[in-house]
Amino acid sequence: MIDGFIAIYIFMLAAFTGYEVISRVPVILHTPLMSGSNFVHGIVLVGAMYALFHANSTLEQVIGFIGVVLAAGNAVGGYVVTERMLEMFKSSGQKKRAGGHH
Amino acid sequence: MGTLSPELAKWVVDAAYILVAFLFISGLKKMSSPVSARGGIVWAGIGMIIATLVTFLAPASEHTLPTYLATNFGLVIIAIILGGTLAWWSGRRVAMTDMPQMIALYNGMGGGAAAAIAAVELYAGKSHSLVFTTLAVIGALIGAISFSGSGIAFGKLQGLIKKSFRFRGQQVFNLLLLASVVVIGIALVSGFNATPTAVTLFFVVALILGITMTVPIGGADMPVVISLYNALTGLAVAFEGLVLQNPAMIIAGTVVGSAGTLLTQLMAKAMNRSLANVLFAGFGESSGAASGPVTGTQKPIEASDAGVMMAFGQKVIIVPGYGLAVAQAQHKVWELAQLLQSRGVTVKFAIHPVAGRMPGHMNVLLAEAGVPYDLIADLEEINAEFETADVALIIGANDVVNPVARTDKSSPIYGMPILNADKANNVIVIKRGQGQGFSGIENGLFYLDNTRMLYGDAQGAVNQLIQAVKSVG
Repeated sequence: MIDGFIAIYIFMLAAFTGYEVISRVPVILHTPLMSGSNFVHGIVLVGAMYALFHANSTLEQVIGFIGVVLAAGNAVGGYVVTERMLEMFKSSGQKKRAGGHH
Repeated sequence: MGTLSPELAKWVVDAAYILVAFLFISGLKKMSSPVSARGGIVWAGIGMIIATLVTFLAPASEHTLPTYLATNFGLVIIAIILGGTLAWWSGRRVAMTDMPQMIALYNGMGGGAAAAIAAVELYAGKSHSLVFTTLAVIGALIGAISFSGSGIAFGKLQGLIKKSFRFRGQQVFNLLLLASVVVIGIALVSGFNATPTAVTLFFVVALILGITMTVPIGGADMPVVISLYNALTGLAVAFEGLVLQNPAMIIAGTVVGSAGTLLTQLMAKAMNRSLANVLFAGFGESSGAASGPVTGTQKPIEASDAGVMMAFGQKVIIVPGYGLAVAQAQHKVWELAQLLQSRGVTVKFAIHPVAGRMPGHMNVLLAEAGVPYDLIADLEEINAEFETADVALIIGANDVVNPVARTDKSSPIYGMPILNADKANNVIVIKRGQGQGFSGIENGLFYLDNTRMLYGDAQGAVNQLIQAVKSVG
């Protein structure tokens, strides 16, 4: 699929992307953003699934199973807490429009 | 799956991963502005669902199907339901104040998953090139450290681990552990000793290293540590992605790795500490008698007097700290702020970058209570305004308003940017007692002539203030 130098190019460009995307973030979003990036590395789930699909012994199946459980926890948990936090961020204007909740 | 040719399956998977990478990066981008942040996590979430679904097709893209595919297919589904349900349940019910440790926990799970992927590869003895085996081993090391280290961070913030274990020669001990895990890793990579026993030993030592690295670090430094482990997990995921030739993992993992590293640096800088200092100095919890030239006495005030002072003021700046989170006082504080606003008092909230246990932690708590984000200002925005404020109300914050950081070169926090609360005409400090703060550093602010102390826990004291302002009429 991808090999050698292409993989390193992807790695390098993605590293710059991450740096640029976050460099303009206001402090108020630091915790949600850390939580959001924590969710994004939940993509490890696809790797864990791949490993478990290809498990050839009981030991590999056990480790692979634990891996998928942990990865699913990372992805789902990361999403739930990030979404809960971001749901609360509203400006005064949005609050008034929403009928002002207390 | 039977009708799907391997070529078509492979094309679908590859094409879907491009879409996933796009959704992740735009999602993170949207998350960097308060207006679009909510949409950002939804985009990234859609990306995750697509990635997961399409990965079920991945085995069909191979010309020879994995041996135990049917069984393993079932195991994958059970594992996703199990892990997903537990995480959904815990993530729904956790209180906003406990968010930092939940993030640490979920992050550790990701690190553990990356280590598990490497473990399967290594135990199976799959033949990769030298470069890819090296990447697998490095990813395994980082992932395992992130897993056990995040577990300790969770335990500390949750109050399960109360002490910071330190002993003489701890850093030498950690260095020896690191050296031995590197040696075992080299043995694995070189094929010199790639036995299952060596693999097991490698993971055991790596997990212990994560624990011994984290236990000496004090609670005040935990935000930086959690952020660091978040970046490390991203990196581990990227490395395992390289091993598995999975572009979605490479891109998402690397983006998180670099973004997380930047975030960690920003945090360490806000605390005026270098990352090395956080990891190896063991400060962050009562580093000893660093009592500077603080003189005078703490002058108490009654809630009723404090309430009058604020009710007749023009401008009140509220500085919340971790004490507010502990007391769950964010709703009461917003009630007080609204009460003052209705009397025509201008109310603002000033947030130090490292107030609470994570950067932005206070913002999340205030948002939970319903405080609009345009009332919340960070350090650069608000510092000039303290001089025009009638009252600076400090609620459970300590080091972030300590003027000693400006003057006392011998203080561990010397040079840390602080909120200039001492410049306000009056300072009211809500504090549990006369003791020192989390870092054990005496706070010069508490002894100033314009400072009055309102003793009590944040919830109770703010409640009294509300009654006091109401009784002004």
